Amino acid sequence: MKALVAVKRVIDYNVKVRVKADQSDVDLSNTKMSINPFCEIAVEEAVRLKEAGVINEIVVVSIGDKSCQEQIRAALALGGDRGIQVECATAPSALDVARILANIQQQEQADLLLLGKQAIDSDNNQTGQMLAALLNCPQATCASAVKIEGNQALVTREVDGGLLTVSMPLPAVITTDLRLNEPRFAALPKIMQAKRKPLAVQNLAELGITLTDDVKLLAVNAPAERQGGSKVASVDELIDKLRNEAKVI
Amino acid sequence: MKTLVIAEHNQNNIKAATYIALGAAKQLDQPVDILVAGDQVSELAATLANIEGVNGVLTLEDSALAMPFAETLAPVIASLAEQYSHILMASTSFGKDLAPRVAALCGVNPVSDVTKIVSHDTYQRPIYAGNAIATVQLSSACHILTIRSSAFDPWPSTPAANVADISKLDVALTPSPVQFVSQQLSQSERPELGSAQIVVSGGRGLGSGENFNLVYQLADKLGAAVGASRAAVDAGFIANDLQVGQTGQVVAPNLYLAVGISGAIQHLAGMKDSKVIVAINKDEDAPIFSVADYGLVGDLFEILPELTAKL
Ligand SMILES: Cc1cc2nc3c(=O)[nH]c(=O)nc-3n(C[C@H](O)[C@H](O)[C@H](O)COP(=O)(O)OP(=O)(O)OC[C@H]3O[C@@H](n4cnc5c(N)ncnc54)[C@H](O)[C@@H]3O)c2cc1C
Ligand SMILES: Nc1ncnc2c1ncn2[C@@H]1O[C@H](COP(=O)(O)O)[C@@H](O)[C@H]1O
Repeated sequence: MKALVAVKRVIDYNVKVRVKADQSDVDLSNTKMSINPFCEIAVEEAVRLKEAGVINEIVVVSIGDKSCQEQIRAALALGGDRGIQVECATAPSALDVARILANIQQQEQADLLLLGKQAIDSDNNQTGQMLAALLNCPQATCASAVKIEGNQALVTREVDGGLLTVSMPLPAVITTDLRLNEPRFAALPKIMQAKRKPLAVQNLAELGITLTDDVKLLAVNAPAERQGGSKVASVDELIDKLRNEAKVI
Repeated sequence: MKTLVIAEHNQNNIKAATYIALGAAKQLDQPVDILVAGDQVSELAATLANIEGVNGVLTLEDSALAMPFAETLAPVIASLAEQYSHILMASTSFGKDLAPRVAALCGVNPVSDVTKIVSHDTYQRPIYAGNAIATVQLSSACHILTIRSSAFDPWPSTPAANVADISKLDVALTPSPVQFVSQQLSQSERPELGSAQIVVSGGRGLGSGENFNLVYQLADKLGAAVGASRAAVDAGFIANDLQVGQTGQVVAPNLYLAVGISGAIQHLAGMKDSKVIVAINKDEDAPIFSVADYGLVGDLFEILPELTAKL
């Protein structure tokens, strides 16, 4: 059984972004970049399924410019077997990412397609669902438990109000939530080994894909700053302020 | 052109978030239809048809829709896209699961978590955990949007004299490859987190699930919903669906009390648009205080019982 895992290069989750002065986008120059935390969970899940003997090959895909090879290598160090970078100089839209991944799936014929539930830069929570639509296959978003039994995936999903467990035939798209697992740290020898694992580069022309242009980013602004920082000295003062100043209780 | 809003319900009631999606739809200032799909929906359809200003209600009734999986619903909604310039759903688990699947079937990019409708084709949404606001413009024929509940007012749900046409959709459903196995829903008498006027959230500082009783007692005194930080959820103090933040629920109540929560950017992303924020934390340098209107430095195990008793 084969797993295809999509990983995205994003700003490190500990870094607070700043908006560019011309409000065209956020400023990512000299910013620490990492593998999207949810993608890391997706890689970890694939590795655990491989360790359990369910999966025998893990293919890691990232779409972006050459720098995203760094995140592919990081995923290979965690246990991925080989990588594919799809060269894309400009930021692809969600539909483009889904189309590209669907195209890669045509080549790879993986049984399990693992994605993060959301990228922490776009905060979209869309790509997995769109990929499943294009492949006409079932989807299980926000997974907090995954079990593979024969040709079926048994997935517990985090939904509003609690947990929902569903089963579906493979191939299926599964997007990962935070509580699915806790990713391991890659040990140094694994990081060295990962440098020698195969990493293929494909371009959009080879895949026969032209990017869509139905969505245009007009501006990126900083949110309204909140005026916080006031303190009260006691519970009595707090109650008084909430009743008589803020009038919220 | 017309707008279609996809209703979300639990068989008995329309979810509050749907009325908020209707509130966003109203801003587009064009006729609004509502689609309600499920096992038995005639009563729900009648309720929706009475909402003032609703143009028409479409129903889709099938026992296969007792669990409304995206695999079955998305092709139906995509087939309606030609008739609508906008299709809106709430940014709930249901809407987030469904909307992108519909959009991909239509060959368009959706916009998720819309917080402002700027014009008929331009929308705002937060990115980077709310640290930036993107303004995006769509040029596709049908715009598929999910609406962030904390950012819009609901369209009044009180029944009016309006009686919109109710029409049955006559489509053959593709059977879903997804099978329901089980579910574990949190039972609570408290107000819903997403729509409550007051929210009391607890963090790792509570120390245990048992200590969360202090949060529940305060919440009950205030008629508030209960929320939590990720650390509290991960530690098993409280159910996962109560996580507030970038990757949990986003809330904007009149009053948000953060107790024993440090204020990581991922948590702030879920609550910093609340009208009034109170922080209770023993660390006077905790980042949560920088967004709090009223910060109280001290031990929550002393403050919470005192606060609950004095209210
Ligand atoms: C991809 C990703 C997504 C995430 N999404 C979310 C999200 O959606 N929501 C979220 O909340 N987090 C999220 N996080 C986690 C986030 O980064 C923080 O780790 C988390 O919010 C910390 O929770 P906390 O404030 O309860 O715990 P801590 O940071 O440990 O803070 C505990 C606080 O309690 C105080 N305290 C301790 N004892 C007492 C006492 N007796 N009295 C008073 N105060 C006390 C301490 O001073 C401290 O400030 C995410 C992280 C990642 C990587
Ligand atoms: N450029 C990309 N390259 C590889 N995977 C991606 C890319 N963009 C999004 N994804 C995948 O889609 C998931 C959800 O992203 P999003 O829908 O943008 O929130 C991510 O966690 C990745 O698994």
